[in-house]
Amino acid sequence: MSDLSGDTTASAGAAQPAIDGWFTLGGPDLGDGPRLIGSKCAGCGTYAFPPRSGACPNPSCVSDTLEPVELSATGTLWSFAENHYAPPAPYVAAEPFEPYALAAVELEREGMVVLGQAAKGVRVADLRVGMPMKLAIDVLFTGDDGVDRLIWVWEPVEEEGTDVG
Amino acid sequence: MSADDVAILGVGMHPWGKWGRDFTEYGMVAARAALDDAGLAWTDIEHVAGAETIRNGYPGFVSGSTFAQKLGWTGVTVSSSYAACASGAQALQAARANILAGFCDVALVIGADTTPKGFFAPVGGERRDDPDWLRFHLLGATNPVYFALAARRRMDLWGATAEDFAMVKVKNARHGLGNPNARYRKEVGIEEVVSSPIVSDPLRLLDICATSDGAAALVVTSADFARKHLGSLDGVARVRAVSTATPTYPQTFLELPDFATDSHAVVSPPALGFKASVVHRAYEEAGVGPDDIDLAEVYDLSTAMELDWYEHLGLCEVGGAEELLRSGATTIGGRVPVNASGGLASFGEAIPAQAIAQVCELTWQVRGQATGRQVEGARVGVTANQGLFGHGSSVVVGI
Ligand SMILES: [Zn+2]
Repeated sequence: MSDLSGDTTASAGAAQPAIDGWFTLGGPDLGDGPRLIGSKCAGCGTYAFPPRSGACPNPSCVSDTLEPVELSATGTLWSFAENHYAPPAPYVAAEPFEPYALAAVELEREGMVVLGQAAKGVRVADLRVGMPMKLAIDVLFTGDDGVDRLIWVWEPVEEEGTDVG
Repeated sequence: MSADDVAILGVGMHPWGKWGRDFTEYGMVAARAALDDAGLAWTDIEHVAGAETIRNGYPGFVSGSTFAQKLGWTGVTVSSSYAACASGAQALQAARANILAGFCDVALVIGADTTPKGFFAPVGGERRDDPDWLRFHLLGATNPVYFALAARRRMDLWGATAEDFAMVKVKNARHGLGNPNARYRKEVGIEEVVSSPIVSDPLRLLDICATSDGAAALVVTSADFARKHLGSLDGVARVRAVSTATPTYPQTFLELPDFATDSHAVVSPPALGFKASVVHRAYEEAGVGPDDIDLAEVYDLSTAMELDWYEHLGLCEVGGAEELLRSGATTIGGRVPVNASGGLASFGEAIPAQAIAQVCELTWQVRGQATGRQVEGARVGVTANQGLFGHGSSVVVGI
């Protein structure tokens, strides 16, 4: 996995992923941009997310070797929703609570749909099934220790092609 | 009645509501009602198949023995089944398997729950290896989020509207008006639904079923026992099929509580999606098809989900559910009424009891005893239900 210290600014120096090993943060010193980390079977080539070890999920495959793989960072919007009430714990909801959208994005190469929150400020009015989406990183919550926890999010692909990751 | 059929001699419920009492109290009421309906005593029961509840401590996990003790130990054998929302159908299947294997002749199937207020949240504690815990923690992906994702696809793919979803609620509320076991017995208008608060866009408060307390029970027996007990099998409802199929890889529709679907990169998806496959297996076992069905009880966790079930049940083509609803076919008096009981819209969800309650309703319907909501001439009904982690069930009841 990436060295996480290299891609955070001075003010957010201690930011850390809300869960280890499910995504990379990307950033200027770390190649393209953030990526989800899935698993790929060394035997049959099927994919899985979240990453796991052990037996391949394909019932016709006896491989026990699942290898970490970076998943496509772009896909098409399979569906979306928007929470208007704060989810219960263990979700750490902002106060006051602001509605936020979730997006399920279909990755073509991997042939699977991956759910995530939508990037902050992206609301259902900005979304439609079938539109192109790309991966980004956002703050999920700030812990009691003052440290930001980061999470993968989906956001619409800018039409101009001037994304800055 | 074929030798492979199991007779439903008795059905009973405790009314759904938010009573706040111990779940075993509800279960007792339902069990006694089912025994009375069957004309049998508790001491006649040879097996108790309990559906588990996971929010009521140890007694909820060992529900088979919990109810056996509550009714008074008799040496009866017990089983306890957990399959999320399909727990009740799995308990029925456990009882049926015991009967068809010849291990017993008479079984009591029972499910009861006391539920918390508000969203269902995961079981407490920090459990970073539990996907159910993680979907709340990392995404805030509540159950309504998954219902909303499916609903949004209906809108963007098939042109469903908020008014279509509301019409499901209006229909089910009207169906449930006269059902003494329903929790909500009040007409609801389309305007009321579409102006209720958004919970998870595009679904609103009145599109999503509540959580309830409640209990349902069945007394099921071998055909031989029923014949001896009643003198004849005429007019006896029977279980013609129970399907508890799990998904076939790759499962390509994003379902509760998953972060992602399976991958179809190297394995083609099966011809039938998961929910359709659950129903299909029940149809196959019963030797019936969608055209043979007089009514259906389906899991309307959301209004939009009922529309999905029309398609999984083969009542219409994929994308045709809104048109079927608008035609009135699924309203009592129509071609194939759906949720004549009032459905979850009128009951709210009491998880371990719900799949059993569906079978109770079909039994009353095929017997012609569904006062105030009777589907005329009902002879064959089907249930459909789905829970977390690849659980689902479909039961065919006939007479
Ligand atoms: Zn494999």
